[in-house]
Amino acid sequence: MSTIFGIPAPALYGQILIGLINGSFYAMLSLGLAVIFGLLRVINFAHGAQYMLGAFAAYLLLSWLGIGYWPALILAPLIVGAIAVVIEKTMLSRLYGVDPLYGLLLTFGLALILEGAFRYWFGAAGQPYSPPPQLTGAVNLGFMFMPIYRGWVVIASLVICLGTWLLIEKTRLGAYLRAATENATLVQAFGVNVPLLLTLTYGLGAALAGLAGVLAAPIYQVSPLMGSNLIIIVFAVVVVGGMGSILGAIVTGYVLGVLEGLTKVFYPEASSIVIFVIMAIVLLVRPAGLFGREE
Amino acid sequence: MSSAPLLEVRGLNAWYGESHVLHGVDLDIREGETVTLLGRNGAGKTTTLRAIMGILRRREGVIRLRGKDLLGLPLHKVAQSGLGYVPEERGIFASLNVSENLMLPPTVSEGGMSVEEIYSLFPNLHERRSSQGTKLSGGEQQMLAIARVLRTGARIILLDEPTEGLAPVIVQRIGDVLVALKKRGMTILLVEQNFRFAKKVADRFYLMEDGRMVNSFPGHELDARMDELHEVLGV
Repeated sequence: MSTIFGIPAPALYGQILIGLINGSFYAMLSLGLAVIFGLLRVINFAHGAQYMLGAFAAYLLLSWLGIGYWPALILAPLIVGAIAVVIEKTMLSRLYGVDPLYGLLLTFGLALILEGAFRYWFGAAGQPYSPPPQLTGAVNLGFMFMPIYRGWVVIASLVICLGTWLLIEKTRLGAYLRAATENATLVQAFGVNVPLLLTLTYGLGAALAGLAGVLAAPIYQVSPLMGSNLIIIVFAVVVVGGMGSILGAIVTGYVLGVLEGLTKVFYPEASSIVIFVIMAIVLLVRPAGLFGREE
Repeated sequence: MSSAPLLEVRGLNAWYGESHVLHGVDLDIREGETVTLLGRNGAGKTTTLRAIMGILRRREGVIRLRGKDLLGLPLHKVAQSGLGYVPEERGIFASLNVSENLMLPPTVSEGGMSVEEIYSLFPNLHERRSSQGTKLSGGEQQMLAIARVLRTGARIILLDEPTEGLAPVIVQRIGDVLVALKKRGMTILLVEQNFRFAKKVADRFYLMEDGRMVNSFPGHELDARMDELHEVLGV
């Protein structure tokens, strides 16, 4: 069997793939957090719960209504986005202009309520959710076997991240969003309905989390705590990439996912802390993050 | 000049937090007129523009555009009723390129300049349309800030110290642009410290002191009133 740096090659490739998959979720989730933080200046602690809601929406659509994976891929993010729009309109929008800590506390409280409610209804154990038949099985890449669904997740997340990036960097709506991130009052003084833009942005960020949740459902089990396990790492990714930086969130998500995978191969003991060690170093050397602008 | 004013401000009071900064400001601008606010730093000129636009929210009094009340409108509706704002700090967005900055404000009515017209009026902006907005020189940023509201079809533009800190040759260019806008029938409310510049374009002057309008006179009286102005403005 071939080895690389004394590590069997298949183990290495396997961990890189797992790293890429984890990185796909880090990227999608930190992207939504970055979009929300950039414009709303709200640290959305409910992001993990919104990811969990996406997975549960897919699970419930299937078990209650018999609606399968592909429609759920559209419907679940819409449901999560719609809930987020209601949250923004009724609660979050009242907190703009006060200390950002209040937004953090509100979203943290919402996350606890959502997770608690789902634990109460469904228990802490995970519910299985099968990948669609088109994406089951594995493919031989020559150097390793790859489950098709995992390849799909990596590709889908790349498309989602690229699409979101294009939406923000290349469209008129994105220009409003970027400009309002810099100076919301002036953008509104030009006649742009900024309150609506804030609502839509929160909805979009949450919908991205919901979409990630649907993609995650067949890989990880659908469980009330799936989001809170992930969200702390995602916050570290956002800090490393630079708060509010879209590109930073995407690139850092994938890179840290792969680094974490590699650590599992070379020094497994450190694999659960490597991202936080990197975060600490980045905070010391470049407090604004790798892609962040100093303010 | 007996026609009803296009923009009418009556007894406008405004506050920054607890501090009362405008005291019963009255102001009229008729269609096609260029009116200039004079006054020392801190007299309330910028505050008057910000209060009219609705950026400063704590206000009382009357602000009417063609008889329609602006005071009760949310901020984004004010621009939509036809006011274009060019802030003192210019407000060019760093995360947008020149062309995106230009296209940012939504169209508010028919009859704005086309992008081609704007680029022929400001050839520099066309040359640098893909540059980051804040990479432009101060003069180019000022032109971009003006160009941005010309596209939207705004009927009145509120210009806050467009010549501040710019080289004489650029000031001259901006003066030419304002004269061209006047010829097109644009109504302009200008805040300006530079007399010579203001004299070239203003039909009427208002003089502000401590958040109050203390005097107003037609443009041709500027020279005759120089002594009085020097006293109030302390220049």
